[in-house]
Amino acid sequence: MGKELLKGNIAFAEAAIRAGCEAYFGYPITPQTEALEHMSRRMPELGRVFLQAESEIAAINMVYGAACAGVRVMTSSSSPGVSLMMEGLSYIAGSEVPVVLVNIMRGGPGLGNIAPSQGDYNQIVKGGGHGDYKPIVLAPATIQELIDLTFEAFDLAEKYRTIVVVLADGSIGQMMEPAELPPMQPVRAFDGRPEWALTGAVDRTPNVVSSIYIDPVEEEIFNLKLVEKQKQIEAEQVRSHKLWMDDAEIAVIAFGTAGRIAQTAVRDARSQGLNVGLLRPISLYPYPYDSVREVAEQVQRILVVEMNGGQMLDDVRLAVEGRVGVDFYGRMGGVVPLPDEVYEQIQKTYAQRANGR
Amino acid sequence: MQTEIIISGFGGQGALFAGQLLAYTGLDHGLHVTWFPSYGPEMRGGTAHCTVILSDDEIGSPVVKNPSAAIVMNIPSLEKYEPLVASDGVLVVNTSLIDRHATRQDIDIIEVPANEIAEELGEKRLANLVLTGALIERLGVLTIEQVGKSLGNHIPEHRRNLLESNREALQRGAEIAQRAVQPG
Amino acid sequence: MTGRDGMVESLIYTKPVSLTERATHYCPGCTHGISHRLVAEVIDEMGRRETTIGVAPVGCSVFAYDYFNMDFAEAAHGRAPAMATGLKRVSPDRLVFTYQGDGDLASIGAAEILHAAGRGENITVIFINNAIYGMTGGQMAPTTLPGQKTTSTPSGRDIEMHGFPLKMCEILSQMDGAAYIVRRSLHDVAHIRKAKKAIRQAFEVQEQGIGFSMVELLSSCPTNWGISAQEALTWVEEHMVPAFPLGDYKVHASINAGKKG
Repeated sequence: MGKELLKGNIAFAEAAIRAGCEAYFGYPITPQTEALEHMSRRMPELGRVFLQAESEIAAINMVYGAACAGVRVMTSSSSPGVSLMMEGLSYIAGSEVPVVLVNIMRGGPGLGNIAPSQGDYNQIVKGGGHGDYKPIVLAPATIQELIDLTFEAFDLAEKYRTIVVVLADGSIGQMMEPAELPPMQPVRAFDGRPEWALTGAVDRTPNVVSSIYIDPVEEEIFNLKLVEKQKQIEAEQVRSHKLWMDDAEIAVIAFGTAGRIAQTAVRDARSQGLNVGLLRPISLYPYPYDSVREVAEQVQRILVVEMNGGQMLDDVRLAVEGRVGVDFYGRMGGVVPLPDEVYEQIQKTYAQRANGR
Repeated sequence: MQTEIIISGFGGQGALFAGQLLAYTGLDHGLHVTWFPSYGPEMRGGTAHCTVILSDDEIGSPVVKNPSAAIVMNIPSLEKYEPLVASDGVLVVNTSLIDRHATRQDIDIIEVPANEIAEELGEKRLANLVLTGALIERLGVLTIEQVGKSLGNHIPEHRRNLLESNREALQRGAEIAQRAVQPG
Repeated sequence: MTGRDGMVESLIYTKPVSLTERATHYCPGCTHGISHRLVAEVIDEMGRRETTIGVAPVGCSVFAYDYFNMDFAEAAHGRAPAMATGLKRVSPDRLVFTYQGDGDLASIGAAEILHAAGRGENITVIFINNAIYGMTGGQMAPTTLPGQKTTSTPSGRDIEMHGFPLKMCEILSQMDGAAYIVRRSLHDVAHIRKAKKAIRQAFEVQEQGIGFSMVELLSSCPTNWGISAQEALTWVEEHMVPAFPLGDYKVHASINAGKKG
């Protein structure tokens, strides 16, 4: 397989198919609709399930049902649609069935607009639906990373029996970039479905998939189980990308599209002799607190860049624990920051670096 | 070395396709590329523009403030992008739909009556490729031959019958750009 | 077996294998137990216990999975038809049914049931209509009758304020995708027997892949209606049956054709 010029929305849909995704349920919403359209053509062609639901509420509950049956299943949407899915996602978390969701974020709140945004960080990374749970959240910055993370998301969802959210924004959904797709994996045979799945109680006691624990003590025991699982995920799945950190006096921390825009600005700053490094978190849950801490121990000042009002900023501050000053630059509402703007902020942070907190 | 190109016009003028063609050509010839579209709620009309980046190194930001080049296919696009093209950059102006001259002195301005040429070729939808041909001639990153070859590689099957007229459109645009650099 | 006085005993009544041994939490006089049993008997008789997957609702029957001896999922409020859709689409040779109350199906889940029927989703829906919210303590349901007192319509349902009850069989029978839509009642033995036949027909419709099937069962809620169990059955007959006429609202042509053959 060579590299092809692929649009983000089509790339992640095809990556899911290659990962053995057996069913897709979704509802059209810009800027991710090409994914649904791709699925509508490809899934029936492969003898798999595609269904356009009547709403995102129905879509996520169809996903929930198919996940209960033990198949690889996904949906994708964009911010307002994902808000509608929060009820179902909480139930999915509460019954520990594996589900993959791709959220191609757009400007908000409310109907907002269809332009790229990272405004759903808090909603997705901190849980989203009611109750104590956190999905694994992976934030790609390139089409290749979008493909690779979506492909791997299905393995992670099943390994931990959890929700995995691939969190990208409209620009990653809409842009084209050369990337390579993984080879096709077959879908799981009916007989190979997991033992907990609802497949019919043939020669076994019935399985029940439920998120109800009417006795608070039992609910707490279940919650503690989720906490244990989160500890395992936090130990095993932290990902981030460091660039030019060796001699850095200040660091820029940014994820996803903001991360790659910052990368250009950092490169420009370095060409002007500023010793700047970049840390790009890839897993937003589990968050790379240790990497941020290491950066904070090395540099004199940090600049956080986001396409929101400062949401990941809180996590950076938690890791920095006041060691160094943290500046923030964000564009909101669907405005994509240009490298020049970020470069100016880098200059300011650089100038302030010796001034402490 | 990185080259950024913005192509902008009304929806339906083929700005997005022209950008994709440049991205495909870059990919086919070993460059790093990104293609970043505007996407509005309108299916027809409205404005459509895209940013194409061609680079011999990994591309960070898929958007830029000051592109190396721009193709402007209508007046709003000229007004928006003429001031933004980087110094010493290239601006291709579709004079069929723009009735004033670009005024920058520090950039290379090529005026192309793209719609008229396209109509001469018998297919008015080819204006985007006439403009693309003019740009390529002066940009110095890809060649007309490379773009024409990639067009053959990536043109949708149901449009393959238009391949030769597409290549002709590129060529006509390039000829305009050649003539325009003649002194006098 | 030989009894005390030398008589031979023969077993004429036993619990269906499709029900567990667990005692239900339902109130005395509630007809949920009857509905559960009818569904279980039908699944037993069809030999499908091991190849049936149920979806429980939110409402009094939220714990249905404790009583049915088969694979079961517990849905979010109103979403059972969507969840059943997901289950059925990836396991088309399994029987999939939802068991939903009136609040679940006709209020919060109105969109999901409408579209499942519209798609002709090949699932079976058992719809329990008792004209009230049971689990939350007797509030107005989408099927509460005009004038009926509930804890959220203390002076009786005022149609000026809350409008009219929804008649789901009448609505869903308009869907081209619906294959079998009938309303039955559980207020006496004769009607219970008719209800069972309908449930059997509904599951057979699914087994044959004809399309969406739903059996609405007019049911009693003596606790929240504030009357005795016996009075509740009479209330079903005297008040609910006139408001929600019993009958076959949609019977797909191929079902009748099958009967004739």
